[in-house]
Amino acid sequence: MARFEFMEDTIAAISTCSAANAGISIVRMSGEEAVSIAEKLFVPAKSGLVLSEVNSHTIHYGKFVFENQEIDEVLISVMRAPNTYTREDLVEVNCHGGVLVTRKILDALIQSGARVAEPGEFTKRAFLNGRLDLSQAEAVIDLIDAKNEYALKASVDQLDGHLSRELKVMRDELLNHTAFIEAALDDPEHMSLDGYTEKLALDVDKYVDNLDKLLKTSENGRIIKEGINTCILGKTNAGKSSLLNILAHAERAIVTDIAGTTRDVLEESVTVGGIQLNLIDTAGIRKTDDVVENIGVNRAKEMAGKADLIIYVVDSTRALDENDEEILRLIQDKKVIVVLNKADLTPVIGKDEIRKAINAPVITTSAKDYTGIGDLEEAVKELFFAGQIEMNDQIYITNARHKNLLLDARKSLKLVKDGIENGMTEDFLTIDLFDAYEKLGNILGEAVEDDLAGRIFARFCMGK
Amino acid sequence: MPVVEEKYDVVVVGAGHAGCEAALASARLGLKTICFTVSKDSIAMMPCNPNIGGSSKGHLVREIDALGGEMGKNIDATFIQSKMLNSSKGPAVHSLRAQADKQDYSRRMRWVMENQENLVVRQAEVAEIMTEDVPSEDSSVMKKVTGVKTVSGATYMANAVVLCTGVYLKSRCIYGETSYFTGPNGLMAANHLTDSLLSLGITVRRFKTGTPARVDKRTVDFSKMTEQFGDERVVPFSFETDPESVQKDQVSCWLTYTNEQTHEIIRENLDRSPLYSGKIHATGPRYCPSIEDKVVRFADKDRHQIFVEPEGNYTNEMYLGGFSSSMPEDVQYAMIHSVPGLEHAMVIRNAYAIEYDCIDATELKSSLEFKNIYGLFSGGQINGSSGYEEAASQGLVAGINAALEVKGEDPMIIDRSEGYIGVLIDDLVTKETEEPYRMMTSRAEYRLLLRQDNADQRLTHIGYKIGLISEERMQHVLDKVATIETEIDRVKATNVGTKKEVNDLLESLGSTPLVNGSSLAELVRRPELSYQALESIDPERPELPDEVSEQVNISLKYEGYIERQMRQVAHFKKLENKLIPDGINYESIGGLRIEAVQKLSAIRPRSIGQASRISGVSPADISVLLVYIEGNLIPGKGN
Repeated sequence: MARFEFMEDTIAAISTCSAANAGISIVRMSGEEAVSIAEKLFVPAKSGLVLSEVNSHTIHYGKFVFENQEIDEVLISVMRAPNTYTREDLVEVNCHGGVLVTRKILDALIQSGARVAEPGEFTKRAFLNGRLDLSQAEAVIDLIDAKNEYALKASVDQLDGHLSRELKVMRDELLNHTAFIEAALDDPEHMSLDGYTEKLALDVDKYVDNLDKLLKTSENGRIIKEGINTCILGKTNAGKSSLLNILAHAERAIVTDIAGTTRDVLEESVTVGGIQLNLIDTAGIRKTDDVVENIGVNRAKEMAGKADLIIYVVDSTRALDENDEEILRLIQDKKVIVVLNKADLTPVIGKDEIRKAINAPVITTSAKDYTGIGDLEEAVKELFFAGQIEMNDQIYITNARHKNLLLDARKSLKLVKDGIENGMTEDFLTIDLFDAYEKLGNILGEAVEDDLAGRIFARFCMGK
Repeated sequence: MPVVEEKYDVVVVGAGHAGCEAALASARLGLKTICFTVSKDSIAMMPCNPNIGGSSKGHLVREIDALGGEMGKNIDATFIQSKMLNSSKGPAVHSLRAQADKQDYSRRMRWVMENQENLVVRQAEVAEIMTEDVPSEDSSVMKKVTGVKTVSGATYMANAVVLCTGVYLKSRCIYGETSYFTGPNGLMAANHLTDSLLSLGITVRRFKTGTPARVDKRTVDFSKMTEQFGDERVVPFSFETDPESVQKDQVSCWLTYTNEQTHEIIRENLDRSPLYSGKIHATGPRYCPSIEDKVVRFADKDRHQIFVEPEGNYTNEMYLGGFSSSMPEDVQYAMIHSVPGLEHAMVIRNAYAIEYDCIDATELKSSLEFKNIYGLFSGGQINGSSGYEEAASQGLVAGINAALEVKGEDPMIIDRSEGYIGVLIDDLVTKETEEPYRMMTSRAEYRLLLRQDNADQRLTHIGYKIGLISEERMQHVLDKVATIETEIDRVKATNVGTKKEVNDLLESLGSTPLVNGSSLAELVRRPELSYQALESIDPERPELPDEVSEQVNISLKYEGYIERQMRQVAHFKKLENKLIPDGINYESIGGLRIEAVQKLSAIRPRSIGQASRISGVSPADISVLLVYIEGNLIPGKGN
């Protein structure tokens, strides 16, 4: 049967446009189970409050907790059908921005029973459930068309070539196993299944391991794919541009000894230990009357506010001053790595002083002779991936939908394994084997239709 | 010139496995029915394998029986060996297969047909389908069937006609250089009807199948083969057959193998095979390959099984299952004689391939009526299927629906969640198949629900509603279902505790003893246990027939899987129930891809569900369709 998204499913998506940079993100959920799914994950600040019993169109403050882990403080609004955008029960989770938190919330909703919405699906539901006129119908069909294109792109093209190859191999093997068992069930007098499950169990273990590896990369997949927006901050002439140059191995920024020569915001993408940093060099921050330089300073502050990571460059030969205080105020709530520069000269401040001022890893470098760059790489990895990043095979799961399907496939394979251990007969095992096959097919955007019968006939010599 | 002219409600063309079911159903529903055959002596003939049932086909026979068809009863009365296949596997793939006494099978069906009230079986070749033009809902002209004309010019007026021509349309049998235009076993082919179908605008295709040689039992050395016995306890096909009546002496089948020498003979003579020399163009089935196909396609296999099966109690002919071929006669002899036990086998009938005309079943509705011709139905091998059971299933459905149409009632449509018959017909009318279609359990996505053991619970009520099932039989099924449900509830509510006798029994069955007690249902779910095995620790258990115990056991044991499939069925039903209006004009629906427009226009699915199964129609196309249908924005013809 063709894949077809059911109207009955509860769907979820991040509905704010750029989760990476926004201060607040909204994750939206629509469908029959929206409220009950939210309820499972929401610990209201007000004790005794039960989401499924609150009035429609109300908003509630509390914590979003998944698998005993607090993910964020959130505001949850509950809107009941039919007076909602989709005319279904609608729940919005307002959380603090940032890629990781927002995605964790979406993941939690999905693992609790929602499905990732296809692009335009909220609008489609709004249409199908609501007033109908032709112009709206056309608008919706445009959306579906866009989705059609998306589906194509989001499948094989958007996947890393390596990932799709790996999934295709696994999927092909799953079909072979299913076809063998089904052929034998269809023609038991010609084909024997004796001893087959032992072999199958080993392969299923292998597939689960593979999926685990793929899933491990998914948490940080997006940040890996799009890069970390990194803002290099520091007071004038601290050595920011030199650092950038070292990282970029290119003479992009102008590095001079005269304070205030970098007046614009420069960008460069560099790869540090396999992680892409989108570097933004900024004008040094200092109080100034120079109009041009002032514009640069303001933009630097703005950039710092939006960045995922701040590299704060401190000139170790100069004591912290009011400019540093200004910077420290600006970056207090951000992910920060402090680079103590000019370590080759005579330092007047050390790591301890910095640590008193801000809770962040501190590394020392000499921009002149390239020392300390390795430490910087380590600090970046530690900060974003808690040291767990798997860079070896470049397989990234970047899309929540893909991740969701991988989880489903893994679940099905686990059921195959359970089935084998519980002595279920082979005809039950193929139910879950084929489920896993279909899930992987959905990731790859490949149709399933008559694959199985075709494979059976192609590979196995059948009766008569 | 004066000609014979008679009037009937329903005409059935053909008296094979499809035609018999169609004619009996129609007549039993009270309609005046005539059934034509080219040979009155060949009613329900089995020209190929001598068995009924087998994996998934056994399911079909059970379903035919539950709907009020004849096949199950006929084989129960005439089998000479019976086996439940896959009995060590899960209940969904258990399948009955019986060896038939071919002559007996045919004779009994003939007797049933000849004694059926309202039914005439007439030997004559139908040459033409007569129609008239009638206005349709939109402005186009539709045809309506008015009757048939035989080669002699006799006309038989009727409100509905069911085509069950099997492999007889322009059939041609081939082996080696030899070919002749006959049906199976030298029976007369039907050479006229194809032209009539073409002139009605029906697409005609050419398919191919084949059958192995038969040898004389007296010349076979069985000592070199493995004997294959029937089951000790035989289970009947029909829910109405008394199980005691089928416990009887059975014959054996025999297993032997081809070898390298056989394969060498085949390889050396491939250029003389009409399949490889290009003499046969028609599409043959991949699942039922000739031995030369197997040797070529599966070159790594050093031997293939040959099942030597008796064709009946009153013949010495033995069927060589697995040895289908269209090689020249001399090559066939050499091949056969290379097989252990067949060294001196006397060939009685040659193996041959047969080509025949069939239709494209996507031109049919789910009711098996032609979309463009009111009252013309088609069932069986003419629809591009293969197998006696597949044929009988379609014949039954086509016959029922022809009768219902004449009576002015809604058609009977079994959907994919209700039966293998539903899967079979839906596949035939929805998917373009390039080879004869064979049923397989893996084609049924809800197979755990569509078991052969519960066909009565699934379908008897439908047969009853139509009028093919008696009040008494319906009541029996209702009582059975009620007993099963009561017993399941009781078993779930019964706690067995941790008594010594309980743990003794568990240990004796290789199961972990209980520490905290357990419901009886929990124990049934353990793989090594069953409902039946726990009888001694279940003092409250009522006296129940085997058929009820079996259902209780399956329902409890596989509850998780069953519930999962039932949820899937609920989703499935929603899409099946979203009907697409008849007059829909897909070309004026913006947003559908061109391929989808073409496929949808050609197949004209009845529901969104069916549309979603058409290859070339994407999920996005279905969304577009839904938007139009839900929004009542259907662009019909003329607006």
